[in-house]
Amino acid sequence: MSVIVYIEHWDNKFKKLSFELITYSVKLADMLGTEAIALSIGNVPEQELQKLGKYGIKRILSVDNESITKFDSQVYSRVISEIAAGESAKAIVLANNNAGKSLAPRISVRLQAAIASGVNQLPESVSPFVVNKRVFSGSALARIHLTSEITVITLSQNSFDLVENPAEPVIESANVSLEQLSSKIEIKDIQKQTGKLLLQDAEVVVSGGRGMKTPDNWAPLVELAELLNGATACSRPVSDEGWRPHEEHTGQTGKIISPNLYIAAGISGATQHLAGISSSKYIVAINTDKDAPIFDAAQYGIVGDASKVLPKLVEAVKVMKSS
Amino acid sequence: MNILVCISNVPDTTTKVKFADNNSRLDVSGIQWVINPWDELSLTRALELKEDASSGVQKVSVAHVGPVTSEPTIRKALAIGADDAYRVNTVGSDAYQVAAQLTEVVKKGSFDVILCGIEFCDYNGSNVGGMLAEFLDYPSVSGISELKISDGSILITREIDGGKEMLLVPAPFVGVVQKGIAKEPRIAAMRGIMQARTKPIHLVEPVAVEPLTDIQSFELPAPRAACKFIDPDHPEQLIELLQNEAKII
Ligand SMILES: Cc1cc2nc3c(=O)[nH]c(=O)nc-3n(C[C@H](O)[C@H](O)[C@H](O)COP(=O)(O)OP(=O)(O)OC[C@H]3O[C@@H](n4cnc5c(N)ncnc54)[C@H](O)[C@@H]3O)c2cc1C
Ligand SMILES: Nc1ncnc2c1ncn2[C@@H]1O[C@H](COP(=O)(O)O)[C@@H](O)[C@H]1O
Repeated sequence: MSVIVYIEHWDNKFKKLSFELITYSVKLADMLGTEAIALSIGNVPEQELQKLGKYGIKRILSVDNESITKFDSQVYSRVISEIAAGESAKAIVLANNNAGKSLAPRISVRLQAAIASGVNQLPESVSPFVVNKRVFSGSALARIHLTSEITVITLSQNSFDLVENPAEPVIESANVSLEQLSSKIEIKDIQKQTGKLLLQDAEVVVSGGRGMKTPDNWAPLVELAELLNGATACSRPVSDEGWRPHEEHTGQTGKIISPNLYIAAGISGATQHLAGISSSKYIVAINTDKDAPIFDAAQYGIVGDASKVLPKLVEAVKVMKSS
Repeated sequence: MNILVCISNVPDTTTKVKFADNNSRLDVSGIQWVINPWDELSLTRALELKEDASSGVQKVSVAHVGPVTSEPTIRKALAIGADDAYRVNTVGSDAYQVAAQLTEVVKKGSFDVILCGIEFCDYNGSNVGGMLAEFLDYPSVSGISELKISDGSILITREIDGGKEMLLVPAPFVGVVQKGIAKEPRIAAMRGIMQARTKPIHLVEPVAVEPLTDIQSFELPAPRAACKFIDPDHPEQLIELLQNEAKII
């Protein structure tokens, strides 16, 4: 028996999400009375793989095959399924991000394994295997019984605290059968922003809605995000108007994020917006209307004009940082 | 080239969900059912492609797994412009069971591009598309924000962390679409509504498959603690609270 955790890399490096997955899987393996095994696909240097050991993983399988040159969910899901079957995996853990969401369903069918997607906590019990997760765009919780022998779990980003538990992992290179590895997809072009903190990785997010009035009012919002080492976001009408780029749109039809702190300025708090941000640990609302629904979701609120309040917050953070 | 759009029937996005029978199932009374917004957008894009002669798209079909009570949703898709529809006559219970049924639909027709939506707004899975692809052993791509077809080539844009990738995919393939695929969903015009009455809905008998999950109960999340209001003339108090009370900055 084992728990297999697929650890994606970004240009041969891991990030906080990778360590969250390891922490989660080590604990899940404890619950199952077995061991977690990390699986990495691609050419990740050994010293980078060793970093996973800090969070308690003892065994790492590295598949570095020259036939695998790009991400293709059909190929990757075969590799992960074959290794999981070989290690008699009881659970397979992936991130609930673009890659994980495309792999999990394919693995599910290959191994006849039920999926719990977007979970943010350990299962309530492993025998029977019962998980609690948010459903209906975050407006309710469900207790779901996964009735299959093997289960697939996708973990929401920033929902599980890191726990250090240093181990000296053994790194093994793993082989998979070659006939599985040819991709039918051709990459024509890749456009990537480099060096920018991604919205889904940010622990602090400062977001603006239509109440910001004009795109010219965004300077203090952006400055506040920078001072807090965070990222900027917006409501859908704001990106529809072209005031802010589309990647910033959060909500049911945009990005679903769970930062530690979400500051919503001039956002009314429509259910579709809340669907993307309601699992933030803290929500702060700044709105001129004291009855705006965003205040029902927020722990801290300021009833006031965002264009006046934000510059004052910027000053206050500067003071905090200098003291 | 033929496109199949898989459509699901979901509670209108503003629905306040309630549960019945000791919180064991959704209380469907008063729910307004709509086509999943992503499926509506996929359908819109499929129709745009069909209207563009250079795409080579000849036919756009929709597929739905659901009982006869979901026919209004299928008729709506036909009224928007789909040529025909397939309905698998069973209640969808989980993504695995639905994908297994849709596999039968795909085997019945001849489809080059199969589109599913991302994150069905009830159980938030976004799993059906990938499962269908694996059942069929077709390649699949998730997070598609653009779909172009010309002279038999299918070019898609896929969102990745911090960027996008332009991919050339073979037919047949399964695409899981997200924001960007089309701008505004098409609305059915009177003419479309009239035509929809005579368009065929092919009935497909379900195959026997057991779902892999079973929802035991639902619960509404605990209400958040009341919001603490800060004097708008002294926003610095917020920073102090975030630092010393919440301890998050
Ligand atoms: C199918 C569907 C999907 C959707 N998906 C999304 C989604 O993913 N994300 C999303 O955001 N929306 C989504 N929407 C739209 C959503 O319903 C709301 O219309 C939208 O969130 C409102 O954006 P807003 O809060 O910026 O604007 P508004 O609702 O116009 O609110 C502006 C707020 O600013 C306040 N205000 C005004 N002046 C000031 C000031 N000077 N200072 C401070 N506050 C001020 C007002 O009191 C008001 O509360 C979706 C809608 C549908 C139908
Ligand atoms: N009952 C159904 N009939 C047809 N397609 C469905 C059904 N349920 C889900 N889908 C498809 O799967 C997508 C969502 O997948 P999921 O989030 O896993 O439910 C939807 O956008 C549809 O394309």
